[in-house]
Amino acid sequence: MGLSGFFRRRRSVLPGFGLTLGLTLLYLSLIVLIPLSATFLKASTAGWSAFWHTVTEPRALASYRVTFGAAFIGALVNALMGLVVAWVLVRYHFPGRRMLDALVDLPFALPTAVAGITLTTLLSAHGWIGRYLEPLGIKAAFSPLGIVIALTFIGLPFVVRTVQPVLQALDPELEEGAASLGAGRWQTFRRVIAPELWPALLTGFALAFARAVGEYGSVVFISGNMPMRTEITPLLIITKLEQYDYAGATAIGVVMLVISFAMLLSINMLHWWSGKRYA
Amino acid sequence: MRWRTVWLFVLLCLGVGAGTAFAEHTVTLLNVSYDPTRELYQDYNAAFAKHWKETTGTTVTVNQSHGGSGKQARAVIDGLEADVVTLALAYDIEAIHEKAQLLPKNWQARLPHNSAPYTSTIVFLVRQGNPKQIRDWDDLIRPGVSVITPNPKTSGGARWNYLAAWGYALKQGGDEAKAKAFIGQLFKHVPVLDSGARGSLTTFIERGIGDVLLAWEHEALLASRELGPGRFEIVAPSASILAEPPVALIDRVVDRRGTRAVAQAYLEYLYSEQGQEIAAKHYYRPRLRAVIARYAQQFPQITLFTLEELFGTWQQAHATHFKDGGIFDQIYQPGR
Amino acid sequence: MRESRLSEPPAVRRFLIAVAVLFLALFLLMPLAAVFTEALRKGVGAYLAALWEPDARAAIRLTLLTAAIAVPLNVVFGLVAAWAIGKFDFPGKHLLITLIDLPFSVSPVVSGLIYVLLFGLQGWFGPWLAAHHVKIIFAVPGIILATIFVTVPFVARELIPLMQAQGTEDEEAARVLGAGGWQMFWRVTLPNVKWGLLYGVMLCNARAMGEFGAVSVVSGHIRGQTTTLPLHIEILYNEYHAAAAFAVASLLACLALVTLAAKTLVEWKTSQSLREPAHEH
Repeated sequence: MGLSGFFRRRRSVLPGFGLTLGLTLLYLSLIVLIPLSATFLKASTAGWSAFWHTVTEPRALASYRVTFGAAFIGALVNALMGLVVAWVLVRYHFPGRRMLDALVDLPFALPTAVAGITLTTLLSAHGWIGRYLEPLGIKAAFSPLGIVIALTFIGLPFVVRTVQPVLQALDPELEEGAASLGAGRWQTFRRVIAPELWPALLTGFALAFARAVGEYGSVVFISGNMPMRTEITPLLIITKLEQYDYAGATAIGVVMLVISFAMLLSINMLHWWSGKRYA
Repeated sequence: MRWRTVWLFVLLCLGVGAGTAFAEHTVTLLNVSYDPTRELYQDYNAAFAKHWKETTGTTVTVNQSHGGSGKQARAVIDGLEADVVTLALAYDIEAIHEKAQLLPKNWQARLPHNSAPYTSTIVFLVRQGNPKQIRDWDDLIRPGVSVITPNPKTSGGARWNYLAAWGYALKQGGDEAKAKAFIGQLFKHVPVLDSGARGSLTTFIERGIGDVLLAWEHEALLASRELGPGRFEIVAPSASILAEPPVALIDRVVDRRGTRAVAQAYLEYLYSEQGQEIAAKHYYRPRLRAVIARYAQQFPQITLFTLEELFGTWQQAHATHFKDGGIFDQIYQPGR
Repeated sequence: MRESRLSEPPAVRRFLIAVAVLFLALFLLMPLAAVFTEALRKGVGAYLAALWEPDARAAIRLTLLTAAIAVPLNVVFGLVAAWAIGKFDFPGKHLLITLIDLPFSVSPVVSGLIYVLLFGLQGWFGPWLAAHHVKIIFAVPGIILATIFVTVPFVARELIPLMQAQGTEDEEAARVLGAGGWQMFWRVTLPNVKWGLLYGVMLCNARAMGEFGAVSVVSGHIRGQTTTLPLHIEILYNEYHAAAAFAVASLLACLALVTLAAKTLVEWKTSQSLREPAHEH
């Protein structure tokens, strides 16, 4: 396999490769690439040193920590709970399963601002959930915890929806084989099922993480926006815009874009690589 | 078969959209304004339309756009076709002149009273009975008092809050260092920085967070009288800032659209007795003596200082306090 | 004996179900319940009035129009891209897939801003557009563009793995039997992916109608003219009409539920059709 496999272009009898690839590239260029390149050009108008200064000032660094940290924890929670949810939804039968299954996509459809306001209503000191957390000394709204909760909410469908189909397609003979060879259930899971799920779980994690990093609408209501502590990077972009500093705003946007792109690309490569290995 | 239904649906939607988009036979104006003026201009637009119909016979429809003051100014700079802007700070209208030259430099001198037909100030909103006994600015930095104000970086109203506090500290005979210390103390008492004034009000009223809300006087009056009667009361500090939200005509837009006359009349009518009355009804402090006298009961006596006397211009105030790396940012830098 | 080795002990099973249900209840059911509770706080009459008010109806119309343009375009794109990527091998494929994914991760703030940088009065094409009286930003076209951008990945992302998994045998057989390109597409490819396609359309549609951040930047917020449903919700909320805001939000939540119900139906049908021998691999 390796490189030669990567560059091998199978001769195909199917038509339309040139046409469809051309159209894909055209559409992507018009809708995604050209508009995104505008941010790069705008960010470069201020010059390299100004760019560097903007993206490395303490407040920006603190906001990266909050944003990427909370997104990472949120995605981690989603990976773990998403795995459990997907497992339960696929493997077990219990009343209400179908409805729960259908609910999983809700975060996609609810406007993020509504999600933010609703979560804040639930979690603030007098809310349905917040009132029980408050006596325990847990501050859920207007804290880093609130950001994590909001980001978990919006990223939830990704992990469940990537792991589910793999679990469904898993060949039962593998497990039967392992069991007949005397493996315990936990051993079977670790040695047989987990390696199959791993790539999907990773993809789900990456998508949830990438989506969470850029999220603004829901977080701004629940975070409290305290500089250095709960200020997320997209909010920093807004404050730059508020000072009519387009170059600074796009500079920070570019940093987020590059990181997200690198993340997604490496995950897609990993997917391809693991696909090759297991094929 | 199913695809045909889908396409029919698509065509139907397109038709409905196109049909409704362009069906106007009257003069329309677009007033781009900031967040808290929604109720004010809803009433005012109706009154002006009636007045304009009576005097000229033409029907005028005024469309409204509301949002954070800075965001709205940016939209106008980027091409939102506002005939008039009515924003929270002169700084934002100044930016429209500087960044896009959509109106001349002397815009603020074109209408009376620095182009601010109504004024307001910053007061405290506290919970009923004033349990923390908050009387003046100094009480805000007592231990255990929690203060709600939006983020000065993203909210025009919050900048007035900040400048009012700073001005008070200066007026107490303090120098710049003392004022800075006071502001630093004050923001240590702020647990949540919402992105806008309305967000802060929600945090204070709906979520029950904080002991005192720094707010526009008109927002505080609205909250105490209409949103939660009997749950809140207003505390007037000994001194506060005279906030002058300015209005302006966007020359380039009105000349292109041919709406200069009606737009001009729209702004001037704000200074008329009827306009002033509507402003006062919505708890903005009027300029016209007759109306001031009628509504004297409504507004507490506060010593008001202006931005000009303490800070010079908005540009200077902004550069010192709110720019990246300015005094507000320094408050939150670690180790200070 | 074997049975127990192929599943977990009942205690573990019950524990896992409990954890999953609790998690979903906390994170999904509670917010959903909160939306409807807030919406109905002032009674059914106020609820319906909030939905029937002229500005709300204008917002509904604009939202439908936006989705009606953005979704079909992205469906065509999704089909075309999935064909190229799913059925052929070429270098740079992963880069291309990543580019399609990219709008997922671009902050909504930035995705709105890019169109302002392009078409705004101070942007690249702004002066030219203004001179020719073409309005893109702060008008309906800008809203539609931003929506298209945000929803680009959904259909393509749904179809690419499906087409990859199905391989090329069916189409090759059709070609060998003498089918033309279009014939093959309509008769073989489309039926093979139809459920995946519908699934993608639904997610795409839900997101198109629910998008807030990007649209908020390019809309100009002119009441009754350039406000979509999510923006209308924000306006109502900012005007202290919390109940009305949640009423309109519940409309979108209902849309989510309808979408989800349809999707469940689709999945059920797919699993049925997979059991038919013709589609077995």
